[in-house]
Amino acid sequence: MRTVIFRFTAPYLTALMVLFSIFVLLRGHNDPGGGFIGGLIAASALAIYGIACGVAAVRRALWFHPMAISASGLFLAVVAGIFSVFAGTGFMTGLWVFPKIFGTEVALSTPLIFDIGVYLVVVGGIASIALALEERESD
Amino acid sequence: MMHGALAPSDYLVIAPVAICLLFGAALLMMRKRIDWQPWLAIPGFLLLFAADVLLLLKVAAEGPQTMMMGNWKPPFGIAFTVDMLGALFVTTAGFVGVASAIYATFSMSRTERRYGFFPFMFLMMGGVSGAFLTGDIFNLYVWFEVLLMGSFGLLILGSEREQLDGATKYCFLNLVATTLFLITTGYLYGVVGTLNMADIAQKAARLENDGAVLTIAVLYLVAFGMKAAAFPLNFWLPASYHTPRFVVSALFAGLLTKVGVYALIRVLLMLFPPQHADLATLISWVAALTMLVGAFGALAQSDMRRLLNYFVIAGIGTIFAGLALTGGEGGASATVSAASAATQAGGTAPMTGMAAAAAPLVPGSDSLVIGLSGAVFYALHSIVIMTALYLAAGTAARISGSSSLRAMGGLWRARPGLAALMLVFLFAVSGLPPFSGFWPKVILVRGAFQAGMPWLGAVILLTGFLMTVASARVFALAFWRNAPEPAVAGGPNAGFAPAGEPSPMLAMLPLLILAVFAVVAGVLPQWLVALTDVAARGIVDPAGYVGSVFGGVS
Repeated sequence: MRTVIFRFTAPYLTALMVLFSIFVLLRGHNDPGGGFIGGLIAASALAIYGIACGVAAVRRALWFHPMAISASGLFLAVVAGIFSVFAGTGFMTGLWVFPKIFGTEVALSTPLIFDIGVYLVVVGGIASIALALEERESD
Repeated sequence: MMHGALAPSDYLVIAPVAICLLFGAALLMMRKRIDWQPWLAIPGFLLLFAADVLLLLKVAAEGPQTMMMGNWKPPFGIAFTVDMLGALFVTTAGFVGVASAIYATFSMSRTERRYGFFPFMFLMMGGVSGAFLTGDIFNLYVWFEVLLMGSFGLLILGSEREQLDGATKYCFLNLVATTLFLITTGYLYGVVGTLNMADIAQKAARLENDGAVLTIAVLYLVAFGMKAAAFPLNFWLPASYHTPRFVVSALFAGLLTKVGVYALIRVLLMLFPPQHADLATLISWVAALTMLVGAFGALAQSDMRRLLNYFVIAGIGTIFAGLALTGGEGGASATVSAASAATQAGGTAPMTGMAAAAAPLVPGSDSLVIGLSGAVFYALHSIVIMTALYLAAGTAARISGSSSLRAMGGLWRARPGLAALMLVFLFAVSGLPPFSGFWPKVILVRGAFQAGMPWLGAVILLTGFLMTVASARVFALAFWRNAPEPAVAGGPNAGFAPAGEPSPMLAMLPLLILAVFAVVAGVLPQWLVALTDVAARGIVDPAGYVGSVFGGVS
């Protein structure tokens, strides 16, 4: 699989797919998309990078261990629920703020934080499985 | 149901789950910092236990508590509803969690901690707590899955060949049981059109007792019976529980089977009372056979941990015996038998403790409540004592280098403190006074006689006798007799302990904590009986549970 063309294009492809996964994640509240599917896209981007350039390169690029990424996502998801404690409503209630940033109204919410948590859980979980499988094959 | 702003104490309903997941995630993030892990995990478990106790106190003071996730209205959103039953179970689970975490700190090797013992344990505790606290039957399924994921991780800690063998059996059987649970929940949704347990309790009461509902009840019985390791679905437990680390076995034996028992009580007794009455004969047979299989299996084993596996099964049978008691034939006979029970209790005046323990049960309560109260008491006792026995067995096995009763010996001389604690736990598990196993058995035997099932009471007593014999065997072989020759060849008794042997006092601390429960619940059972009695009444008449979910609306 390590042809020159593939190795040359894989980083661009990976970057593009990760960017697209974030786009899918952010549009997910009202349109098709969301944390889960976004996470899958990002994980497959990492898998492609791993096939092209080796697992070690992916681990270097990720910086954190995939399981740690997954755990941070779980942490973030629970934290998204805990915001409701300060608002005095039922756990996991969606809370919204609409600040104006550079003249544009941006909708920020606890569901978004939760969704980012889901995204990280999926990226971390699937990437750790995929990397483990790719590593095993090369042994 | 709550309107307007919630007080911080209202969040106690969700706190055990949130604490488990937060700490589990945080520990997983710092997986490589193995020296930090126990210092974060033990405070985490203490915090969990504190939240559990506060929740129990709140439920005891104010009755069942409900929080709707995301403020969705009752039958549609996911409800977390805690009544006395759930609060008692979750508090006991937290208690056992603290002891196990301390024990694990001193018994786990560094590589096992690196592999992630504490994160998995928090994940499993989160699943267990969620199962005890949720008020939505599909959500119950989800928590079953969460605790299974945590338990899979714990089961293969160390990745030994034998562990993978045990884990395969455990995983497969548990997946079958959860799948059955899920399918049955689908049927249930088709029949009643709701997943909220309070809503189901109301709607199922209005349904005709026809084949469909009975089928659902039977399927739930099979699914949860498999989880709880009741005969004839108990074979997976002895096949898998002896392979992981002792502390993992302890957690599994203490908690996981009891989650099945809890789910059975919640679903069969609270949601389907008429179907439960139809199935009571079947459950009584299952209970009797489970008890006997457990007791005879324990007698046949020569490995300490395998023997304890069968003790778990015998305990499950005893709990099921309490669930097999029905309300008797009509209110009149129930009051008569209650009155006769009262005179009987008066007749045994010398045993004032007995009368005092039974006193809250007698006025106006039928044998259904008595049996359920005894079953809940026994389940709580069993959570603590089975965990304690496995932990004590782990310490004993580490000291003597083997868990086979043939190779062990001389522990009484080497470790008198451990031997004394082991004796307490063995007395408790056999149901001998003055420890915690005695009172629930008294309640259950009395309930069985009162419900017109003296044979079931006799089986409980016979099982107690057989377990006493098996316990005596453990104590005589592993502790009392002198160490057998091959062990002596290794050096003078305590000398062959592994180099990483922790100081005895710290390793004993969790056992001491658990022994406190065995003694307190054995000497002063009234407070606990009063609580389990409230729990049993809350299940038999779920008006408080339903009211907490729907408020004044319906």
